[in-house]
Amino acid sequence: MGISEVLWQFLVKWLTNSALFPREASTIAPYMDALYFFLIGVTVVGLVLVLLLIGGFSFRYRKAVHPVAEQIEGSTLLEAIWTIIPLGIFLVTFVWGALLYFRIYTPPVNSMNIYIVGKQWMWKAEHPGGQHEINELHVPIGQPIQLTMISQDVFHSYSLPEFRVKREVIPGRYTTVWFQATTPGTYHLFCTQYCGTDHSKMVGEITAMLPEDYKKWTELSTSGMSLAQNGERIFASMGCNACHTGNASNRAPSLAGLYGSKVQMANGSIQLADAAYIRDVILNPSQHVPAGYAPIMPTYKGQISEDGLIALVEYLKQLNTNYRIQQTQTTSVSDQAAPTTPGMVKP
Amino acid sequence: MSATSTTILNLPDQTTAAIPKKNYISSEHGLLSWLLTGDHKRIAMLYLISITFFFFIGGAFAGLIRLELLTPQPDLVASDTYNKFFTMHGIIMVFLFLVPSVPATLGNFLIPIMLGARDLAFPKINLLSWYLYLAGGTLTLAALVLGGVDTGWTFTTPLSTHYLNTHVVTTASAIFVAGFSSIFTGLNFIVTIHRMRCPGMTWFRMPLFVWSHYAASILMVLGTPVLAISLTLVGLERLVGIGVFDPTKGGDPLLFQHLFWFYSHPAVYIMILPGMGVISEVVSTFSRKRVFGYTAVAFSSVAIALFGFFVWEHHMFIMGVSNYSALVFSLLSMLVAVPSAIKIFNWSFTLQKGSITFETPMLYAFGFMGLFTIGGLTGIFLAALGMDIQLTETYFIVAHFHFVMVGGMLMAFLSGVHFWWPKMTGRMYPESLSKLAAVVTFIGFILTFMPQFIVGYLGMPRRYHAYPPEYQVLNVLSTAGATVLGVGYMLPILYLAWSLKYGAIAGNNPWQATGLEWQIQSPPLTENFTEIPVMDHEAYDYEWLEHKTQNEVTTVG
Repeated sequence: MGISEVLWQFLVKWLTNSALFPREASTIAPYMDALYFFLIGVTVVGLVLVLLLIGGFSFRYRKAVHPVAEQIEGSTLLEAIWTIIPLGIFLVTFVWGALLYFRIYTPPVNSMNIYIVGKQWMWKAEHPGGQHEINELHVPIGQPIQLTMISQDVFHSYSLPEFRVKREVIPGRYTTVWFQATTPGTYHLFCTQYCGTDHSKMVGEITAMLPEDYKKWTELSTSGMSLAQNGERIFASMGCNACHTGNASNRAPSLAGLYGSKVQMANGSIQLADAAYIRDVILNPSQHVPAGYAPIMPTYKGQISEDGLIALVEYLKQLNTNYRIQQTQTTSVSDQAAPTTPGMVKP
Repeated sequence: MSATSTTILNLPDQTTAAIPKKNYISSEHGLLSWLLTGDHKRIAMLYLISITFFFFIGGAFAGLIRLELLTPQPDLVASDTYNKFFTMHGIIMVFLFLVPSVPATLGNFLIPIMLGARDLAFPKINLLSWYLYLAGGTLTLAALVLGGVDTGWTFTTPLSTHYLNTHVVTTASAIFVAGFSSIFTGLNFIVTIHRMRCPGMTWFRMPLFVWSHYAASILMVLGTPVLAISLTLVGLERLVGIGVFDPTKGGDPLLFQHLFWFYSHPAVYIMILPGMGVISEVVSTFSRKRVFGYTAVAFSSVAIALFGFFVWEHHMFIMGVSNYSALVFSLLSMLVAVPSAIKIFNWSFTLQKGSITFETPMLYAFGFMGLFTIGGLTGIFLAALGMDIQLTETYFIVAHFHFVMVGGMLMAFLSGVHFWWPKMTGRMYPESLSKLAAVVTFIGFILTFMPQFIVGYLGMPRRYHAYPPEYQVLNVLSTAGATVLGVGYMLPILYLAWSLKYGAIAGNNPWQATGLEWQIQSPPLTENFTEIPVMDHEAYDYEWLEHKTQNEVTTVG
């Protein structure tokens, strides 16, 4: 019995320490694994079929037992069979894969949004409550999380293998992905797009927590100012509120309620005011002139970081009224004489 | 020869046989006669030597990569060095080995002979191709010696344009130049196949080897210029900052990937199609049967070339492309897999009712069929949109394309080199040693790349210098396999070199194959044929061959 016990121990250890499949830690994972097992099945069946054909024919028609070959032209029936059956299997796979793709890349409306900024070689996460994390991400389980991601330099890719999601993080463009964690624990975060010297150090940990633990975590790690509040501060310090006052007579449009609305542009097109739109208007205002306004907004390219842009987006998302803008106008004029240094504002 | 013998090897009596005094090797002497030659066979040999040289450099980098990945810690070299290793491995293997491997060596040597022509249509352009290849290779080595390059073979912008301080422009020019070598080879093949077929050689009497080269040549001629353009733009962006790909100047970094993959996906078919041609010849010869469904196999090559141009976006499914365009490209990628499946089944059924023998080229061909089936079916995983999200940019994709490129293409290349070695050199390779090499290669290959599928699904990203310790078991297996694989690749170079002097005299047609190349002396004359051949039978007509041999015997008797 002694030997078999040792062997058993070894087997258990080996099996637990070097898994063949990653843990399933999100709601999407079982769907991904189902397709994976289906495709493994297809591969095994296809491979066995080819090996049986090769092996069987090689054995049956080897020269020693079958010295004279019989010439066969071909067979239209067989050609049709091995065209149509693989095509059918591939089309099933196509539909299945497409359904999964749309599921992974279509976030539910009630999802909680977290922003991710990738830069050589770190991941910065910004929670709506103002919590910042580097190479880490804390999320509650049982709640859909949407990640809105952008890169400050080169292409990166945000990969969470145990959640079975991944999305490229691109300079100059927001990309999104969502997941819903199911099991508390810590999981891998990898950058999977080659991004230079320390590509393999651009890794981190996702911590999935029970909702009450997550609430505790957010309270303990708050920076004292929410992302939107930070955005409001930038809005004032960059002087945005000098023009975007909300007065109908002013030279710039009101921004209250802008987010999610459709904007009629001067060139006749209609654009949806989403995060990408807001970011692009700030950086390339001449490309997005709303109908009835002159193209007078200066570009803020090079003056505001991706983090700042995210804060502004989050601020505009929640801006329903121009009341506070008009209230703070006098303050912001005096701010221009002595601008505040970012980061020095007290919570 | 007895009917129950297990080999079709038919060598002349070794006591009296000799290499023909007059052949393409002995016709002229001196280094210059090689360097200034217009003979497609000599140029093929020049290519064979140069691509073997680059294969072993690329292979050395593969060895260093696997050695580093033996342990999870980044302990062998610095990260920058590691990044240079995999970049060099990729660039050398793709552009300097796989793309020219079969076409520039075997294709160059055989296509004119298979068509009954004296040479390719443009012998001097053929020589120019080799010099361009050599210039590209030299520039690549220069970039390597001057300090290397770490863009990855994919040159992803803006990393390659703004964030790296290595020899990007040198390397890009190297690939630009080598690309023209590929374009000229393709052009030469297309013109030769259209214009230089001997009397009676209709399109449907051509060997399938020629058909697959025709399809690959179309891809070379139409695809490679796009690669040249995109690399030129990368160079200009680095040197003068034109901003086509730079988001801060209003450029689109994704545009580069569209352009790059517009070439680099068809490039996969440039690499694999000629290999498929080799398999058709080998499987037919060693089962003594015409290829099952000749037209289906011929047209599937053309279909692959055609569809191959419209699937490039499947490299970018997770990159924020429109979901609906992703749908279209996923569907087209599924379709391109069908012609490959057709080929595999046609080769399998070629064996049916044959009279099969198992010489080395056949073993490599079986290896190809097994490994390419795995490589092809794992491609279906990646073409399925949702599945691709988990698998792309991980070791799964590394394993997938190595199954296709190394398990498929390299097996086909070795199969072809063994098959035509007697024709090219006039001597046989040692049979049992080469069978051993084929088996060792196969085992080594499986051991190297199977674990990578698993570690890829677990999530290990590609191009990682260090990795989490729980992936170590699989990486150790992979490195062990790479060692075996290395032995498998060293063996042929040793015994093939040995056989140049000591191999048995092969005679004209040791395999009793039907192709025109086997009806002339080995090694062939410079002008290939003494009189213009007339093709009066189908390809792979073993009955014709039997009658021909009978006739010859009666004449001699």
